[in-house]
Amino acid sequence: MTTTPIHPTATTNSQPDNLGRFGRFGGKYVPETLMPALAELETAYQKYRNDPAFQAELQGLLRDYVGRPSPLYFAERLTEKYARPDGTGPQIYLKREDLNHTGAHKINNALAQGLLAKRMGKKRIIAETGAGQHGVATATVCARFGLECIIYMGVQDMERQALNVFRMKLLGATVQPVEAGTGTLKDATSEAIRDWVTNVETTHYILGSVAGPHPYPMMVRDFHAIIGQETRRQCQEKWGGLPDILMACVGGGSNAIGLFHEFLGDTSIRIIGVEAAGTGTETSKHAATLTKGRPGVLHGAMSYLLQDTEGQVTEAHSISAGLDYPGVGPEHSYLMDTKRAEYYSVTDDEAVQAFLSLSKLEGIIPALETSHAIAYLDTLCPQLDGSPRIVINCSGRGDKDVQTVAKYLEANGGF
Amino acid sequence: MTSVFDRLSGLQEQSRCALIPFITAGDPDLDTTAKALRVLDQAGADCIELGVPYSDPLADGPTIQAAATRALQRGVKLEDVLEIVRGTAGEISAPIILFTYYNPIYYRGIESFLKQIKDAGVKGLVVPDLPLEEAENLLKPAAELGIEVTLLVAPTSPQERIKAIAQKSQGFVYLVSVTGVTGARSQVASRVKDLIPMLREATNKPIGVGFGISEPQHAQQVKEWGADAAIVGSAFVQRLVSGTPEEGLKAIDEFCRTLKGAIA
Repeated sequence: MTTTPIHPTATTNSQPDNLGRFGRFGGKYVPETLMPALAELETAYQKYRNDPAFQAELQGLLRDYVGRPSPLYFAERLTEKYARPDGTGPQIYLKREDLNHTGAHKINNALAQGLLAKRMGKKRIIAETGAGQHGVATATVCARFGLECIIYMGVQDMERQALNVFRMKLLGATVQPVEAGTGTLKDATSEAIRDWVTNVETTHYILGSVAGPHPYPMMVRDFHAIIGQETRRQCQEKWGGLPDILMACVGGGSNAIGLFHEFLGDTSIRIIGVEAAGTGTETSKHAATLTKGRPGVLHGAMSYLLQDTEGQVTEAHSISAGLDYPGVGPEHSYLMDTKRAEYYSVTDDEAVQAFLSLSKLEGIIPALETSHAIAYLDTLCPQLDGSPRIVINCSGRGDKDVQTVAKYLEANGGF
Repeated sequence: MTSVFDRLSGLQEQSRCALIPFITAGDPDLDTTAKALRVLDQAGADCIELGVPYSDPLADGPTIQAAATRALQRGVKLEDVLEIVRGTAGEISAPIILFTYYNPIYYRGIESFLKQIKDAGVKGLVVPDLPLEEAENLLKPAAELGIEVTLLVAPTSPQERIKAIAQKSQGFVYLVSVTGVTGARSQVASRVKDLIPMLREATNKPIGVGFGISEPQHAQQVKEWGADAAIVGSAFVQRLVSGTPEEGLKAIDEFCRTLKGAIA
């Protein structure tokens, strides 16, 4: 079988620079207490990313424990939905990260960081979670490696993702409710950072997105780059070429970067990120950071940010807990500013329709996060000529969201 | 009003330990904040740190987080905070140090922010989420305007870093006494005893110790270990909102005098 290297194969993109900057974005805006820990983490990462023993252990676990490679699946009936009367139209493929152990792409990063923490001698693990997928992935990895695990989660998210809270507890993790602010991902992340500032000498923080201070955006991206690397190989196997369009949902942006990174140098490929527009980007209730935000600093990085005219971070809103975040990974800000990637947004309503649609057409219940990427097909497909091949990152499965969707349908008139 | 450095180094020469209280602007309300500045000045504060409320105060523990949240809920804006400084800076002798996170500075534009606070009468600036590597863009224009930007040293900072930070820090060097966020603690971390001489080796600038200093005996302890200033935050913030504004002001007056007495 082909082994897939974890380090990125795209050579055209050497971002970030030594200070962790993607253009003007990124950096390390954290209390001084954390600076040595970030340096230690960067050193450890540089040491192990090319270490054969580390790579062998990681690759073995990705294969036997996570179930990689994840399939690239041709979504026949979804393709039919968007076909023109003459039968032509976009060919839609799903990169099935939802089939990974724990049900989402998040395990790729959690597993690799767990291995790193073990080698760094850190026995206590903390993480933040929004939808609970990163929390479940981290709790899983901690169970597997015998590490103490504390997951910070906003109280509102604990309610709407109750299933994942229970899963984390089953896996032996302590779920620490965060009541501050809106009780969502932003507040959980702040609290995780405060814990790390306090316990930095014994604790590794498994940050779950391509956000936060350097080296996290780079490291988390590299640990998810396997998504794009497998996709390249699978496209070769299926049709002997490249995809024409890549699409993924963007909250912090880890699944999107995981798919995009490998292809940044292939300039023929359109790269599209889809944000959460909540009740609409013209309302105050959305999480469309790139679409509506402006540059600022949150959780240690300079990036686009939802903020008011005083520079106070504003509340985000999305039906999807995993996208409900007023910030975004710095590399996405860079990719937007340099026009290498395009970013659009879809509303809660559109995402739920896509959730229902994919369930019925393909027998795949997608996560509400993922549903945002699916939903954008409605806008995108009519604009396309010919039969371009679209690869969508099916980043997670939707079991965790059925209650949220049921509640939504109850309030909005059923199926 | 004198500069932060002049005030602290003057006391340092007399081998006296300074007291720097911290309060969150706009908590419980702006009027009380203005009165609190006068009360603290009268009660012996040598400098005063004034916290600008921020939505995501990463370096703050529950007490100051809650104070900031309350102030923001009351609609307190930077302009309101500066209005208070404008109204009191001329009347009090303690230089005012603004404590603010970086995003509100960046949002306004560094130069424009610095000009605004300078015009209002602010002397010093502490930005807890702006480590040395990111501080350069702020240090230079601040120095030109005469705003003293104080950098923080942590217990985890390696010696080389401590030197580099101490060299760039203005006004004084802020030694964070704990690995952790702001907030009252039962005792001062014993490693501060070793950190102060290490820092002293790197700089002649005054050394202020903060985070977790909440009792007179804590202040006394850091003075004995060689600190030039004790910075006390959460303990003041908590007292100021205990009861009516008048009761709160009375409480911080007494507390400030007690602390001052302990390190005099």
